[in-house]
Amino acid sequence: MANFTPVASLIGGVLIGLASVWLLAANGRIAGISGILHGLFGAMSASPPGDRSWRVLFITGLIAAGFAWHAFVAPAPVREGFGLGWAAAAGLLVGFGTRIGGGCTSGHGVCGLGRFSLRSLVAVMVFMGVGMATTYVMRHVL
Amino acid sequence: MIHALGAGLLFGVGLWLSGMANPRKVLDFLDITGNWDPSLLLVMGGAVAVTAAFFRPILKRKPMDFRKSIDIPLIAGAAIFGIGWGIGGYCPGPAITALSNLSAEAFVFVATMVAGGLLARIWPSSPGR
Repeated sequence: MANFTPVASLIGGVLIGLASVWLLAANGRIAGISGILHGLFGAMSASPPGDRSWRVLFITGLIAAGFAWHAFVAPAPVREGFGLGWAAAAGLLVGFGTRIGGGCTSGHGVCGLGRFSLRSLVAVMVFMGVGMATTYVMRHVL
Repeated sequence: MIHALGAGLLFGVGLWLSGMANPRKVLDFLDITGNWDPSLLLVMGGAVAVTAAFFRPILKRKPMDFRKSIDIPLIAGAAIFGIGWGIGGYCPGPAITALSNLSAEAFVFVATMVAGGLLARIWPSSPGR
């Protein structure tokens, strides 16, 4: 547990929760990042015009936060030995799975658990469990 | 509309401060048999404590429709997502804010994540939220 960062992680988590409350209170939207992203693509005909701008703005804020963080707090993390083939496979699975399952760590996790949704609790337990099993295979078997 | 930008910014800062935006740290959390880093439990705990306190009164004033069904698409989707998460250490939020790293892996991940979502639209019971 050498890398345990309880204080920063707890405060960061609170900020994520506050951002989700902000979006719900001000825009009446659930801060499920996969849903926000998927809603931008392939649904042009189905979604009303006003449905796109808030998604673009939220995602813009999300990316801008990263640039600000690297400028003022810490440089971008670098990872070596993670091939682009793996990145592509992981991206496909995450995109496909979150669309079918209707949410990710934020939509089912932060927001779903916050409104005590049994459906979201099941999703969280499944993706946490499968994520742990997959990481075990990736790190200790392959 | 300015609220969506602000909420996105705050959400992103939370991801970086908490360590969620660093896939190494995420994988150290998922790797329970290795040098386990429980930090992300506190990220989730802190975030859910806030939403649990504030979502209910907001939703009472402005009710929304949420799916309740616990079905095959939910379980299969969560499992497929879990495999991708366990491979890369990226879930959607961290991957998007990691575009600011200007690294090839972040661009490839986000591009294929969008493609994966489009691919899922051919799934028979195409879900909404």
